Amino acid sequence: MYEKHLEKPASFYPEYPRKSGNQAVTHYCPGCGHGIAHKYIAEALDDLKLTERTILISPVGCSVFAYYYFDVGNIQAAHGRAPAVATGIKRINPHSIVISYQGDGDLAAIGGDEIIHAANRGERLSVFFINNAIYGMTGGQMAPTTLVGQQTTTSPRGRNIHNEGYPIRMCELISALEAPVYVERVSLHSPGGRAKARKAIRKALENQVQGKGFSFVEILAQCPTGWKVSAPDSLKWIEEKMLPYYPVQVFRDKSAEAESWAPPDVTYSDADVLQLIELPLEDDAAPAARPKVAEQYRNPRIKIAGFGGQGVLLLGVAMAQLGMMEGYNVSWLPSYGPEMRGGTAHCHVNISDTPIGSPLVSASTVCVAFNKPSLEKFEKEMASDGLLIYNTSMIDIEPTRKDVEWLPIPASEIASQMGNIRFANMVVLGAYIQKTGLVSMETAIKGLPTFIKAKKLIGENIKALETGAAFVRGELKI
Amino acid sequence: MPRELIKGNEAVVKGAILAGCQAYFGYPITPASEIAEAAAKYFPLVGRTFIQAESEIASIQMVYGAAGGGVRVMTASSGPGISLKQEGISYCAGAELPCVIADIMRGGPGLGNIAPEQSDYHQVVKGGGHGNYRCIVLAPNSAQEMCDLTIKAFDLADQYRTPVYVVTDGYIGQMMEQVNFPTAVQHPKRHDWGVHGDDATRKNLINSIYLDPEELEEHNRKLQKKYVEIEKKEVLVDEYRTQDAELLVVGYGIISRILRTTVDLAREQGVKVGLLRPVTLWPFPAMRIQELCERVRAIQVVELSNGQMVEDVRLAVEGRKPVKFYGRMGGSVPSAQELLGVIRKL
Amino acid sequence: MTDKLDRGRLEISADECKGCGLCIVACPVQVIEFSKTVINKQGYHPAQYKGSGCTGCGTCFYACPEPGAVTVYRLAKQAQ
Ligand SMILES: Cc1ncc(C[n+]2csc(CCOP(=O)(O)OP(=O)(O)O)c2C)c(N)n1
Ligand code: SF4
Ligand code: SF4
Ligand code: SF4
Ligand SMILES: [Mg+2]
Repeated sequence: MYEKHLEKPASFYPEYPRKSGNQAVTHYCPGCGHGIAHKYIAEALDDLKLTERTILISPVGCSVFAYYYFDVGNIQAAHGRAPAVATGIKRINPHSIVISYQGDGDLAAIGGDEIIHAANRGERLSVFFINNAIYGMTGGQMAPTTLVGQQTTTSPRGRNIHNEGYPIRMCELISALEAPVYVERVSLHSPGGRAKARKAIRKALENQVQGKGFSFVEILAQCPTGWKVSAPDSLKWIEEKMLPYYPVQVFRDKSAEAESWAPPDVTYSDADVLQLIELPLEDDAAPAARPKVAEQYRNPRIKIAGFGGQGVLLLGVAMAQLGMMEGYNVSWLPSYGPEMRGGTAHCHVNISDTPIGSPLVSASTVCVAFNKPSLEKFEKEMASDGLLIYNTSMIDIEPTRKDVEWLPIPASEIASQMGNIRFANMVVLGAYIQKTGLVSMETAIKGLPTFIKAKKLIGENIKALETGAAFVRGELKI
Repeated sequence: MPRELIKGNEAVVKGAILAGCQAYFGYPITPASEIAEAAAKYFPLVGRTFIQAESEIASIQMVYGAAGGGVRVMTASSGPGISLKQEGISYCAGAELPCVIADIMRGGPGLGNIAPEQSDYHQVVKGGGHGNYRCIVLAPNSAQEMCDLTIKAFDLADQYRTPVYVVTDGYIGQMMEQVNFPTAVQHPKRHDWGVHGDDATRKNLINSIYLDPEELEEHNRKLQKKYVEIEKKEVLVDEYRTQDAELLVVGYGIISRILRTTVDLAREQGVKVGLLRPVTLWPFPAMRIQELCERVRAIQVVELSNGQMVEDVRLAVEGRKPVKFYGRMGGSVPSAQELLGVIRKL
Repeated sequence: MTDKLDRGRLEISADECKGCGLCIVACPVQVIEFSKTVINKQGYHPAQYKGSGCTGCGTCFYACPEPGAVTVYRLAKQAQ
């Protein structure tokens, strides 16, 4: 004659097998707001048929064991990090419904950063924020939402604005951001409040089903234990103490107009992947015969130095790239960090017949100095009989080392006459190639596009190479 | 085989994509930023996830979330950021979530500087975060290994359900060398213990909390068993001219490269030196050091730190032979000549 | 008592009840009370239905924190 109208939602486990002790009931204190919020979430999951694809992130707080109860995919997160964990799992399971369920300490204190940024990214999540104005789990310490004057074990004389500041209103904060789609504060204090809470929870989930972005529901919930009041009185406590400070209202609702979005579901063939990450399959095999190299230019240990912006690092990369193409072992090591920004830059390059041990060049056999300080600093550490290339356009002194071979070249002037002073490094490269024959000019021209990314500059860079080479051959009059 | 002149840091990213890594969550820091930048460039191109998180704390927790989904996932940072990631790494170890963390070490403590150091050894090898856990730690010393060991890191992480570090110094991260990339693109199956957001995995739980002391002890014993197995099976070591060595030098990362040159220089002068390079910092090649210790007169450890790995060498040697330490800090990197001088004093 | 059937009926699972009393204060027609005699497994006097007068409104269900403590029935259509 009577039909079941309201019963335990099916999204709960029938019993709680993960729970030790009495597996028929929750671990929450009598009258706790968490149980009520759980019930509304489970009911909504049932009604919206979401149980199978829901993933619940349990926080740290009294609801740390939320996973005991919900028959969904469960992940337990570190204190405050639930929105980050939720982001991770949602991004790899875009079809799933991810719930971040958090207390006020978890969300508004230790996890303040994670929640703000998940909201700001517009993560497609449903966040349920249980504001009970206290740290329930750890025994009633002050929360960021604890009310002014409220006594807790760590605000024994009542929250004092001069020491602890004011309670945080999270909905107001979140709704100051552009991305969130839906932000509402509800309360469990009365039948009407609870009806609104059920509706809000449902809406936050529906938004996620529709791919509509970040939904945030703050639930003013009772903690009779922490507040040291009876369960029925805790409802009055919400009404009298919390409601005046935490207005119950919709702060943001763009649910209707927000765009539905899901990441595109595209699969890539292995060949596509290799192509897209720029790992071309064709093997540019080493040339059959390497150019013959005079003894003193073999296995160079190169130091290149100059002002940042003179193309010092790029020249090193170019040398290593061409060396590699000729079949040598190569390494390139930059000076890195702030010194690159405006100051001086240098790099170490090895091009070798044998595997390279230390990539650091200390006794260089080739030193390229683009400016005076570089010459002064690095000629000192050259090995005897090395090759010292220096840019006479910017160096008005002679090297002091008489035991090394000098190759003075007005690289900046040559480049500037060609129309771009930035080609000085390629002028030097051409000169180096001509001088040492370590790599062929054909290899250099073939390899140029790997280190000169701007296609329209390739022709001019080749010209710079050739001009540098011509200079060494004595064919260039300047 | 595709080959490329490439920075170690970028080789990590291409290796990760080839290994089937589905998501990268990071936060910029020198000298690791090229990893985040290359991931930002390539991951979305091939349908994978890249997020620049709000902090290292958040990025490792995103890793925790995605790893909980049973897919391959990674993050990268340097000292100050690795300190922040320790929370999440402990959780990953506790929940037995496989993931890969690249640490491109810089100078410390505090903000220190951005120059190369090896001063994160303690925090990565000894646990760093709270609890009874270990992480596998791989220590590449070339751009090639930055790729290869990243791929290996994913395999080990999956095999043992544990976080794996790829640890090196700023120089190996910043250096460009030739890398021969594999052409195989891995398609690892999603772990069925993961939470996929479907009915099949609905009963799965990712967690690290065991309130009952007995249960937590049992969980910890299970972890320790796994670590014993890793120590037995996964030690990797690289040696150079140790066959007839009378002196042994030990170093990893950029130091092992410099020491290789030093060994050659010393041998030219008739000093019989050999180099041992731990490729896995954990599990540490203690057994191999013990074996070599029988044959050599003394052992010289060199690090870009105040002496962190040397503690593990000394534990292995158990006082049987003198173990000397030479360290540089703050980003000063010794030359091969400088280290020759150190060896000549042995 | 009229012989007209109540529109609703309430069932409280004594062993799942924690005796918080939230259902009691929530019921608009005040047909729930604490048992004075029963002490359940958890050591509480559970709430119980007074036996008549329930309208099946469900207010108590949504006030109760325990997932399975309260079940509300409504009179089937044909019985009305
Ligand atoms: C990193 C860290 N710091 C502190 C704790 C201890 N702790 C556990 S729960 C909690 C407060 C939880 O309060 P809240 O988020 O408001 O949840 P409630 O219990 O009130 O529902 C704290 C501080 C922890 N587990 N981890
Ligand atoms: S301490 Fe408060 S929040 Fe925690 S279970 Fe008890 S009543 Fe609920
Ligand atoms: S269903 Fe309504 S009338 Fe019936 S017991 Fe519950 S609150 Fe009272
Ligand atoms: S609200 Fe639930 S737990 Fe509380 S007294 Fe009523 S039936 Fe029992
Ligand atoms: Mg709280």
